[in-house]
Amino acid sequence: MGRLRSLLIPGVDKQLLVRDAAKVMPDLARRRFIAGGASFGALTLLTGCDVTDSFSAEEMLKKVSKFNDGVQALIFNPNALAPTFPESAITKPFPFNAYYALDDAPTIDGKDWKLEVRGLVENKKSWTLEELYKLPQVKQVTRHICVEGWSAIGSWTGTPLRDFLKLVGADTRAKYCWFQCADAQGYNSPLDMATALHPQTQMTFKFGDEILPRAYGYPMKIRVPTKLGFKNPKYVISMEVTNDYKGGFWEDQGYNSFSGS
Amino acid sequence: MSSLAASHEHTVLTTAKVIQPAWVRTVHWINAVAMVLMIMSGWQIYNASPLFDFKFSSSITLGGWLGGALLWHFGAMWLLMVNGLVYLTLGFATGRFRKKLLPITPEGVISDAKAALTGKLSHDDLTKYNYVQKLLYAGIIVVGILIVLSGLAIWKPVQLQYLTALFGGYEAARYVHFICMAAICAFLVVHVVLALLVPKSLRAMIIGR
Repeated sequence: MGRLRSLLIPGVDKQLLVRDAAKVMPDLARRRFIAGGASFGALTLLTGCDVTDSFSAEEMLKKVSKFNDGVQALIFNPNALAPTFPESAITKPFPFNAYYALDDAPTIDGKDWKLEVRGLVENKKSWTLEELYKLPQVKQVTRHICVEGWSAIGSWTGTPLRDFLKLVGADTRAKYCWFQCADAQGYNSPLDMATALHPQTQMTFKFGDEILPRAYGYPMKIRVPTKLGFKNPKYVISMEVTNDYKGGFWEDQGYNSFSGS
Repeated sequence: MSSLAASHEHTVLTTAKVIQPAWVRTVHWINAVAMVLMIMSGWQIYNASPLFDFKFSSSITLGGWLGGALLWHFGAMWLLMVNGLVYLTLGFATGRFRKKLLPITPEGVISDAKAALTGKLSHDDLTKYNYVQKLLYAGIIVVGILIVLSGLAIWKPVQLQYLTALFGGYEAARYVHFICMAAICAFLVVHVVLALLVPKSLRAMIIGR
């Protein structure tokens, strides 16, 4: 537990996490992941990367993934709304999904919890749940799409993140909102500012009109219907407005960082 | 006058000998590499959340795990799409599609299919496709377009939501994407077996004649 707690501290070398994750991968799989670079050489033409830098397929694929971040940011239309559905379309039961079992999900006491606000904001005050509940809320019924491919329709209610960013005087010219969570191993994820300001991006406090249950991220989740599920952090404990790319739990392991829908 | 006619005849003979022009051979083999990468990484992605009651053996998938497979899939997709666009553009611009693949008549397909199954279909002139070939080659181009479009619909169900809706929504688009993959695999089996049975067709796709 001491080790897990230490990983929650920002600035801790995440390479450690990545290496741990790689260890879990079967040896053969890791080798196959790395192998096969030569046949893939043609892609250097598309990315324009310097072939003398590194010839490993892994390095090149990472560069293509960064290139794809840029392409997706270009495609992203800040006014395009994710399709909404009638309440009758809500998936029941809505799946619990994490890299741990439900029993290991964070148990947070709402009375003690505070949302820490850091970085390029005028007002760095921490927010209690009671204070956040007083902000105007909206409901959306949208499709949650997992990076694994499955999807489920859910109902989320909360405060548009862009309203909150305005309220705390965030510098919305900054590149990212970086969220940290209470999950074991310190889940975190960066959200590009254009998406953070999207009208449907929400600080979520309720699921299906009920206070957000533990399974879905009590006390607060960031619901982003224009992103894959892993870019929708649960059990959020802090938000930092920053120009630095600080990485993320899954992003550091190879999932595409933009991962827009 | 007579020498002019002779040289003209000569040119016709040499050009007639080229069965697969260089651009066709180039896009064909780039496509072969891209397809294999896309299919093998796609199988690994499928395994993360299978649509049917089976998974692909990890011995035939690419990427090692979901994250690795996604990197391959979204890398090789550029190769597939750019190469595919070049193929379609040149196919239409040079008139190759019209000349080689049209017309396709039901009677032609039926009689050529019968001839093929009774071993009477001739492969003497490789510059001309029989009706079964025309149907399969035209069909696989359509499937190729569908698999890219359904892939885009799955990748961008918000930004390209009209495309996704055209496929009947996100979940339906996943099935379309899978069925197109299955069709391509079935085509590949027939295509490779026949290329091996008629080796001069394989030679033509490598050296052009």
